[in-house]
Amino acid sequence: MRFLDEYRREEDVRAFLRAIERTVTQPWTIMEVCGGQTHTLIMAGIDEMLPETITMVHGPGCPVCVTPLELIDRAIAIAQQPGVIFTSFGDMLRVPGSQTDLLSVKARGGDVRMVYSPLDALKLAQKYPDREVVFFAVGFETTAPGNAMAVWQAKQLGLRNFSILCSHVMVPPAMEAILSSPDNHVQGFLAAGHVCTVMGYWEYEPIAERYRIPIVVTGFEPLDLLQGIYMTVRALEEGRWGVENQYTRAVTREGNRAAQELTFCVFEVCDRAWRGIGVIPASGYRLRSEFADFDAERRFGVDRVVATESPLCIAGQILRGLVKPHECQAFGTLCTPEHPLGAPMVSSEGACAAYFNSGRVSR
Amino acid sequence: MDTTFALQCPIPIQDYPTITLAHGGGGKLTQMLIERMYLPAFRNPLLESLHDGAILSLAAPTNGLARLAFTTDSFVVSPRVFPGGDIASLAVFGTVNDLAMCAAQPLALSAAFIIEEGLPMEELWQMVRSLARAAEEVGVPIATGDTKVVDRGKGDGLFINTSGIGLIRPGIHVAPTRAQPGDVILVNGPIAEHGIAIMSVREGLEFETALTSDSAPLHGLVAAVLDAVGEAVHVLRDPTRGGISSALNEIARAANVGIRIYEAQIPVGDAVRGACEILGLDPLYVANEGKCLVIVAPEAAEAALAAMRSHPQGREAAIIGEVVAEHPRRVILRSRIGGQRIVEMLSGEQLPRIG
Repeated sequence: MRFLDEYRREEDVRAFLRAIERTVTQPWTIMEVCGGQTHTLIMAGIDEMLPETITMVHGPGCPVCVTPLELIDRAIAIAQQPGVIFTSFGDMLRVPGSQTDLLSVKARGGDVRMVYSPLDALKLAQKYPDREVVFFAVGFETTAPGNAMAVWQAKQLGLRNFSILCSHVMVPPAMEAILSSPDNHVQGFLAAGHVCTVMGYWEYEPIAERYRIPIVVTGFEPLDLLQGIYMTVRALEEGRWGVENQYTRAVTREGNRAAQELTFCVFEVCDRAWRGIGVIPASGYRLRSEFADFDAERRFGVDRVVATESPLCIAGQILRGLVKPHECQAFGTLCTPEHPLGAPMVSSEGACAAYFNSGRVSR
Repeated sequence: MDTTFALQCPIPIQDYPTITLAHGGGGKLTQMLIERMYLPAFRNPLLESLHDGAILSLAAPTNGLARLAFTTDSFVVSPRVFPGGDIASLAVFGTVNDLAMCAAQPLALSAAFIIEEGLPMEELWQMVRSLARAAEEVGVPIATGDTKVVDRGKGDGLFINTSGIGLIRPGIHVAPTRAQPGDVILVNGPIAEHGIAIMSVREGLEFETALTSDSAPLHGLVAAVLDAVGEAVHVLRDPTRGGISSALNEIARAANVGIRIYEAQIPVGDAVRGACEILGLDPLYVANEGKCLVIVAPEAAEAALAAMRSHPQGREAAIIGEVVAEHPRRVILRSRIGGQRIVEMLSGEQLPRIG
């Protein structure tokens, strides 16, 4: 199949592995930022094919994983209200809140529906004018334009029964938070290709300069990842830093201007809490005041719901790449995909779930 | 005092105070219901084989023992009509296939309809005709039936249960426990078509595809394989809910063997691959309704493959892996690029990822 098979050829993979082996002379720790990249690394078995000297650590780029517990609790509080149709991307539904999860709300009679696009939620709002339709707008810069479009269209259509529960986050502030942490040991980054498709990569240039670190914008297919790792290792070995672009078939330095304009027409930058990491200044989006009518937190008065994390879950250390999932005491025992203590065990992009589902217990 | 303990629910209530959809998903939670609730409650040798059907031995008047396969299945698919089939034909083929996986030729089926008040008579008639057509295609009579109507709002239009009995071919013993190291694993064609076809028409998820469900009766294909290699067939399994990953995991556990499969050899159609890539699904976990895993002794593999390929339901049959002595109870996949990973049983419902 075109655009898939050419990025999954075993002989090309072997060629890149040989090139990496020839280049590397000392141990390096590289973080892949995006959960989609973690998924490919583990599912294709790439992390176990790399030389022992290269350690891949799994970054915070899983939207499900970093959405704060209290947002999940607020989602549940809204979904439990009569007359509400609560819509969400599939993998948010199983994330445990303090007491329950959205699928359990559905099992008890709540109208919780999985959608593939916020625009499908908008269609539901048009179809059921006497119901309140809420969309759980989570994700990084990648999903922001789509969510912005839904809100923008709702306003154009004069829809009064549509709102979003917004928990948008941005990649560059999270990378800075990791790099500025005193216990950081990440030496190079694979930046998230799809985020950069929207935003471009100019934002990463000052970060690469400030922390003198190579950042390679990388795609999601096995060959993309291997080439990204190769480019990062070569830069590290040569003592270079700066931003390079592996994912040239999708990413330009400027990104998608139209998508950016729409995003910032509807959203503005704000401080955001990241699950397991804490509040990072200027690290997310919220609705601009012109669109405040579409803010589900205000509409349903759930902005006071607070929550506390399971003390057993070390998701914060996992998401910052300090600990590998299988090194967690609860991994595979108290915490499994059936009974996740934290979000990284839920989403297939979550590092813990990727480890668990591929039976990864070592390295 | 002991009896009070026996009466307690074996599944800790704090884990799952209510049934969720995943308990019916064919993965780990379904397995938990079977192992921790049904088996202890119903314990008997017929059930304990955990095959697709129970195997009953009867004294036959002429040639000693006859063995009957007995199975049941309920169908709650939504939407009721989907590309490539409908709930009624699925109800016939699903039960026929469970019999076929016991190496049995179907003798008779029952059909029970649970109908929600308000279902248009015309729609029931369509489904009855479809059920009749499917039974005729297989050549099995609908020998008995039942109708119940529930209040509006207490059912999703129409549910169908079918049970079936079939006569097991003499001298053939297939069971998940019979998989042994060295055996070769075959599948009769591209996987994951039913699940993706259903998903493509489900409300809120519609996407355009020419894809149709693979829903089909497999008794003919199974007969062709048994004609060709007979006793060399060790296991037959239709990987329905939970996909081939769950079926292979069940076999690995039942026989206490390891299973090795090769991603590049598993047939997956382009439309299904494309849909899975876009939706973030793994075809190994997606349901099939016309697929059959055939595990045979190594020397019979080529003959079994040829027999499958010469049957209309097996034109794209392929060898996808083998049974090994190493890593017992584990299914290991060699990825397309040469890496390895363990393939776990589906946990919960497979949910699409955020884009």
